[in-house]
Amino acid sequence: MGIVTPGFTGRRRSDVNLPPGQYLTEDFPVLSAGPTPRIPLDTWEFVIVTETGEKHTWSWAQLMAMPSEDVTVDIHCVTKWSKLGTRWRGVPVSAFFDEVETAADFAMAVSYGGYTTNVPLDDLLDGQAWVAYKFDDDDLAPEHGGPARLVVPHLYFWKSAKWVRGLRMMLEDEPGFWETAGYHDYGDPWREQRYQGD
Amino acid sequence: MAFTETFTDGNALAGPLREIFALEMTSADGRCVTCGRTGPVADLRVYGHENGPGLVARCPGCEEIVLRLVVTPERVWLDLRGLVSLAVIR
Amino acid sequence: MSRLAWRVAYLREVRDETPSARTLVLDVPGWPGHLPGQHVDVRLTAPDGYSAQRSYSIASAADGDAADGEAAGGDTVELTVQRVPDGEVSSYLAGPYAVGDPVELRGPVGGWFVWRPADLAPVLLIAGGSGVVPLMSMIRARAAAGSRMPFRLVYSARTPEDVLYAEELKRRALSDRGLDVSYVYTRRAPDGHGRPAGRLTAVDLAEWGWPPEFEPAVFVCGPTGFVEAAADLLVDAGHDPRRIKTERFGPTGG
Repeated sequence: MGIVTPGFTGRRRSDVNLPPGQYLTEDFPVLSAGPTPRIPLDTWEFVIVTETGEKHTWSWAQLMAMPSEDVTVDIHCVTKWSKLGTRWRGVPVSAFFDEVETAADFAMAVSYGGYTTNVPLDDLLDGQAWVAYKFDDDDLAPEHGGPARLVVPHLYFWKSAKWVRGLRMMLEDEPGFWETAGYHDYGDPWREQRYQGD
Repeated sequence: MAFTETFTDGNALAGPLREIFALEMTSADGRCVTCGRTGPVADLRVYGHENGPGLVARCPGCEEIVLRLVVTPERVWLDLRGLVSLAVIR
Repeated sequence: MSRLAWRVAYLREVRDETPSARTLVLDVPGWPGHLPGQHVDVRLTAPDGYSAQRSYSIASAADGDAADGEAAGGDTVELTVQRVPDGEVSSYLAGPYAVGDPVELRGPVGGWFVWRPADLAPVLLIAGGSGVVPLMSMIRARAAAGSRMPFRLVYSARTPEDVLYAEELKRRALSDRGLDVSYVYTRRAPDGHGRPAGRLTAVDLAEWGWPPEFEPAVFVCGPTGFVEAAADLLVDAGHDPRRIKTERFGPTGG
């Protein structure tokens, strides 16, 4: 730690129970690694590619026809902000797997714009992850990952891929965009798994 | 809330690169793997400069990633995937 | 060259430049000196370990030829900080940060957006808002070096009240031979300015800049949108893109 700067507090903190090293924020910071993709809904698609190369594709209309869930969750960004009680609407990821046959244990989430992040399949099922398209009752804004993003709130938020386009199923775990540049392969905020080796 | 695209330029890489290289790197000329454009590191478009997980520098010609830099407590991670070569001034 | 290290700097003096910007005069023991246009990284740390880091252009000339014209000593660095709404670093540095307080700083860094007194080309400086800071360092360094290299500054600001270093620029435009200063006001121009308020145009650059045939070294600094627009105008006017050096700061600046 550097020398303390007198009178500097930075972001607000509170006494609520946050994962180690996290700070509470009320706003919704936008972190970007590139230009924000704009994806027209009539060409949008969500594709699961299994380890055998089999493709399953959903259009935006098909996504809208799937049963959705409203969830309120806390989110934790590896850059140390946490935001409590965020409200999303989306389709649980398990609903897509009702139609998919796979023996793979890992998924690579793939996004419009080229972003990727790896998540174990078990962490995407059983009410732990959603393909979300509404935030706070509004259509998900492009800078926050709209039209649809992955929301996996029990892992650091970089796992919640913005502009999600699909999942590539993998028999072996492979690192994604940030995971190849020093970030943890799993990313559990409560165990503070920020970086490789944590 | 209005939202504008937030990138700065490769001048912002000067500090982090100076941490790992002996020579000044932002005035070095790099050639882009994707489009072949040549120009100084200072002219790259840099995303994530304000408290992002890392710095992502893209080619101003084709917007493909040229380099990434992540500073962790123990290491500096450097990804130079988008550079054919870098000509550093001695 | 040694590994880039964090140094502890102490605030010696504060100068208010505008209602939302102030210049910090920092004592930096062991400061190695810098070139005009270089910047420093500043790191703030809260008592609970939270820390935030930002990059700031250096405003002073390397030898400390500061606003008052007196050499302030080799171990002094001046930064001008524009307060940004919700900017956790700028609102601290341009707010409660007080004389005598420490701050961590490393640098100087950057070697692209710099002017060297030995350079043999006339200079065109184009500033958008607080993008004038590194250009001011160049103007001060020119005077400190006794250089007669022709310099032109075209400075775009929202209103007259937003102009940084207004008095010093007025003084230098009279006293520094070969320095011309022109203003573009985007929101409101002062009475009698002659140019209506509005964004920087090709006409402004043709009138107040250097023609491309003079092959000037051009430095453009400002918010991303301003820099892109100004660079496009220059290229359209026939300036060689390789002679246009740019420095952008993001729209938030924090």
